[in-house]
Amino acid sequence: MLLGYFVRRIGLFFLIVWLAATVNFFLPRISGQNPIEDKLMQQATMGGYQQAGMKEMVAEYSKKFGLDKPLWQQYLTYLGDMARFDFNYSISNYPKTVLEMMREAIPWTIGLLLMTTLLSFLLGTLLGASLAWPGTPQFIKWLFPPLILLHAIPYYLFGMVLTYLFAFQIKIFPIFGGYTAGTIPSLSLSFITDVLVHSILPASAIILVAIGGWALGMRAMMITTEGEDYMVFGEAKGLKGATLFMRYALRNALLPQTTSLALALGHIVSGAVLVETVFAFPGIGTVLYHAIREGDHFLIQGIVFSVIVTLGVATLIMDMIYPVLDPRITYRRA
Amino acid sequence: MATSASQVQRPLAAESGVAQEPSWLSNFANYLRRNPAMIAGILVLLSLVAFEIVGLLSVDIQRARPLSARVLQPPGPGLPFGSDRNGRDLFAAAVAGIPMTFRIGLIAGLLGISIGTVLGFFSAYYGGVVDTVIKTVVDVGLTIPGLMVLIIIATSFRGGLTVEQMALVVAILAWLHPTRTIRAQVLTMKERAYIQVARLSGVSGPRIIFTELMPNLLSYLAAGSVNAVSSAILASIGLEALGLGPMDSPTLGMTVYWVIYFGALINGWWWWWLPPIVLISLLFIGLFLVSLGLDELANPRRRHLV
Repeated sequence: MLLGYFVRRIGLFFLIVWLAATVNFFLPRISGQNPIEDKLMQQATMGGYQQAGMKEMVAEYSKKFGLDKPLWQQYLTYLGDMARFDFNYSISNYPKTVLEMMREAIPWTIGLLLMTTLLSFLLGTLLGASLAWPGTPQFIKWLFPPLILLHAIPYYLFGMVLTYLFAFQIKIFPIFGGYTAGTIPSLSLSFITDVLVHSILPASAIILVAIGGWALGMRAMMITTEGEDYMVFGEAKGLKGATLFMRYALRNALLPQTTSLALALGHIVSGAVLVETVFAFPGIGTVLYHAIREGDHFLIQGIVFSVIVTLGVATLIMDMIYPVLDPRITYRRA
Repeated sequence: MATSASQVQRPLAAESGVAQEPSWLSNFANYLRRNPAMIAGILVLLSLVAFEIVGLLSVDIQRARPLSARVLQPPGPGLPFGSDRNGRDLFAAAVAGIPMTFRIGLIAGLLGISIGTVLGFFSAYYGGVVDTVIKTVVDVGLTIPGLMVLIIIATSFRGGLTVEQMALVVAILAWLHPTRTIRAQVLTMKERAYIQVARLSGVSGPRIIFTELMPNLLSYLAAGSVNAVSSAILASIGLEALGLGPMDSPTLGMTVYWVIYFGALINGWWWWWLPPIVLISLLFIGLFLVSLGLDELANPRRRHLV
């Protein structure tokens, strides 16, 4: 039965990936656009420096797509390319390939979002748990309402306010970028501190907004758990408050939180597109923003497809390890 | 602590029960007293309405078009919010933008919740193959990051989007979440004894849905609608800030787009970005508080949570 579940779950994953690729292929064609031609025409009318690469580009694309071939053949070629993560060339950064551009940006995004997701999960969960515990000092409880309200605001808007306050008015943090312009990325100590200083503002924007959500979820779970029979029993047995809180309530309430954490980790690549844009942080979000701005369809499609695959993999892994975390879960055909 | 909060509420509830035939209105007032989140939310949203009314009375929203004022003027007489680099009167842009943004959220959110309600009820009540299909589609759809799909869809329409088309683009994915949550609710409800009795007495399926199930889920649907509207607005503002919105409409999200586009932040044009951020934040906070309040109404067990 478990094997059947795994097979179905993996099948679902491939269905998602196939759907994403198919939508990517057909949508521009349904809307009657020809992104390559549009872009090339636009560049041709502008003239100038990009003219040089154009002839090769047209030749490359015609060969690559076999634009004279029937649609189903083009579709199969496309699916093959996607399966090999070959997203072709970036239109506006030719001759760079989409994959190269993504490879440069992804470490930045993963670094920023892994750090902020884990930190906000930790802080928010602790805050939420402590709110449901009678021994918590009052000042911590006062933190909750403002953080909850902050949670309703999009990250990037709050990020803009932070930039204005702490980079423009009080100039203690750099205003944009992932590192000081002109320095060459390396693994030296000075470069790493430079990156850290540049990450503080975008990271705090994400963390401060995200904490409220984690706290809200954890608090609700804690209150539900505190009503359980085994809690009453533990209390009647005369267990110490701390034991009851840590071993009985916290541990059980954590389970749904970890599910949400796995989902949040899956969103790592797409979670902060606009935060990165606001801070001009050199991650995948900023690349996507510029791709949209310049009408670079291959780059947009490559990023969207990769993000969908990443999230698919994350949810797949989560569903696979869930029985280890929670033995009560049974895999029945729903 | 949770128990103490519910103890405080019990005498209150008893009091209102003792009063003879309390009118609907005083019931509602009593209820609001217990639900500060709802009051706060309604007040925040009313403040936006008040701003909108004052704005409509004092400024011609045609001035939200480019070249209506001198460019990049800080706030001053005649230009309460200043002007942007294209010469838009930013006060007029804010006044014109609030209803547009809200309209996108309302159309997309209500479409989403309506489709979600129909599919959720149908799927859960009748079960079978239809249920399997709907459930699979929703499960697949929710695993795909929504903003990414919307980006692909919106890039295919590039340039020519109107506010209504924008709402429809957002609505494409807005029904997934409501369908799942409503289906789950109906699944637990249809096993209740009174539904079984109705079914055994030969009441027809649609009649059970409309007269037995629906009324019991009304407050739940209300909370769901507010959430759907809020997430539709969030999605639309995200798309607009990326430059995929209605280019020539001054929605709040498009103003944010121009702010990022022209780097208003690093140039110190604070009057340009402050109003849309404050208005958007108030809109989200208001909707969030109202949904928190409605959630409490729908889910009495959570009463001590709010």
